[in-house]
Amino acid sequence: MFQPFGHERQPHGPLVVPVLGVLSGLLIWELAVRLAHLPRWFLPAPSAIVQAFVRDRALLWRHTAVTLEEVLVGLALSLVLGLALALAIAASPTLERTLYPAIVASQAIPVLALAPLLLIWLGYGLSPKVVVVVLTCFFPITVNTADGLRNVDPELVDLVRSMGGRGWQVFRIVRLPGALPSFFSGLRVAAAVSVIGALIGEWVGSSAGLGYLMIRSASQFLTDRVFAAVVIAAVLSIGLFWLIGWVERITLRWRQLPRSERPAAAR
Amino acid sequence: MSEPTMPFWRIEIRNVSKTFSHAGQQLLVLDTVSLQVRDREFVSVIGPSGCGKSTLLNIIAGLEEPSSGEVWLDGSPAPERLGRVAYMHQRDLLLPWRTVLDNVVLGLELAGVPRAQARERARGWLVRFGLEGFADVYPAALSGGMRQRAAFLRTLLTERPVLLLDEPFGALDALTRAEMQEWLLALWGDVGRTVLFVTHDVEEAILLADRVLVMSQRPGRILREYSVPLPRPRTYQHVTDPAFVALKAELLATLRAERVKGQVNVPAVRS
Repeated sequence: MFQPFGHERQPHGPLVVPVLGVLSGLLIWELAVRLAHLPRWFLPAPSAIVQAFVRDRALLWRHTAVTLEEVLVGLALSLVLGLALALAIAASPTLERTLYPAIVASQAIPVLALAPLLLIWLGYGLSPKVVVVVLTCFFPITVNTADGLRNVDPELVDLVRSMGGRGWQVFRIVRLPGALPSFFSGLRVAAAVSVIGALIGEWVGSSAGLGYLMIRSASQFLTDRVFAAVVIAAVLSIGLFWLIGWVERITLRWRQLPRSERPAAAR
Repeated sequence: MSEPTMPFWRIEIRNVSKTFSHAGQQLLVLDTVSLQVRDREFVSVIGPSGCGKSTLLNIIAGLEEPSSGEVWLDGSPAPERLGRVAYMHQRDLLLPWRTVLDNVVLGLELAGVPRAQARERARGWLVRFGLEGFADVYPAALSGGMRQRAAFLRTLLTERPVLLLDEPFGALDALTRAEMQEWLLALWGDVGRTVLFVTHDVEEAILLADRVLVMSQRPGRILREYSVPLPRPRTYQHVTDPAFVALKAELLATLRAERVKGQVNVPAVRS
């Protein structure tokens, strides 16, 4: 029914150009390592990293599962905390003045300094890593959602009020749906940085997870395994980012209509 | 006012003034405005930009309170007015995340009508509003005229006897605008509502209304009132009627005189 704009449909499909770019990058890397005779412990070629994937697949999988759990639990808690704070900030200027400094200050804490304390308080298990993930992830969710709730078109608010809508109805009909795009922007940023949060948590003190595996493998000069773990962490980040984007596209279907085009049967 | 057969005013504005304070400055926007609108009457309010027309409608709708004076609805003072009259803004203000059908039922939804029932009631109107087949489409896919008609249907479906229309066709191109005016004339004849219509287009004001009120420059006052001596039902043909042409000339003269006065007055006040 709707004709997509030209720039949305590329001649070779959306994936061809980025895939070609990555492949040629890998090829140059492989050739450079072979021609310079770099030892595997110094810089492994892509083919060596693939070998590490195959060789260590069970090990990699076990540590990936640990990190993934930390990330997912952390993201879920960030979602709850981030939304609750955003609602509080948007609901009352007093709460905003009280909470905002604390929220911003939480981002000034160097996580690397905090993590040893978390180790002392919470031990080596799942919870200190989840705390680090939450500290990294709730902030973009809170700030974006609060902005979205506040920056809603005041005339839309007046419209609902002029129809007799009360505070709660204005919130449900105008503010909440109007803030969804900003909320998803924040959630996508949170998803992208969540894996970093988990890795930092693991670097400080743990006995499992991709971050732990990276440190242990590096100390043993198993550089190909370090790279394999990095690749997995990157794939997790990209995958989460993409997953949130997918949920966003389904939830916000109304945003995808061409703005200046209209259906042929307009009248 | 003392006769036993007191006329039934749907809207009555009694000496309403409105002052805004901005950065320590007091700005008088409306200066003792009084007007009355009868049941099922169509009254146009015309005036220069910034004369306080929209503030007047905001006050009648209850979005703002007058600094002094009173608003009466249906023959009694109405200190609480939100939700009592239907108000259509110049912008269509369709919620982009709701389909056309879910947008137009907004008033019914807020009045507590169950959604399924509200949708059923709205569907019957879509044909009349040229929105047949667009019930489940998002507003972004509609043309300007269709968006405005959807906004109008939403206003009408609030099922209030009084409609306040603030330059509803102001943003449309000339052709669509003329089409919408004829369409509104036909519709108004059928639905039996009271309309207060704000515009800065002289032809539109005359063509649609029973009476035209002319407002002054800021601070807004009602300068003159004209009855429109044209029979109903009206069509666009009436714009060439001698009575129409004469009234248009008179209205334009009044507006021009006001503008000249404004231009002379402003420096005089400042010095």
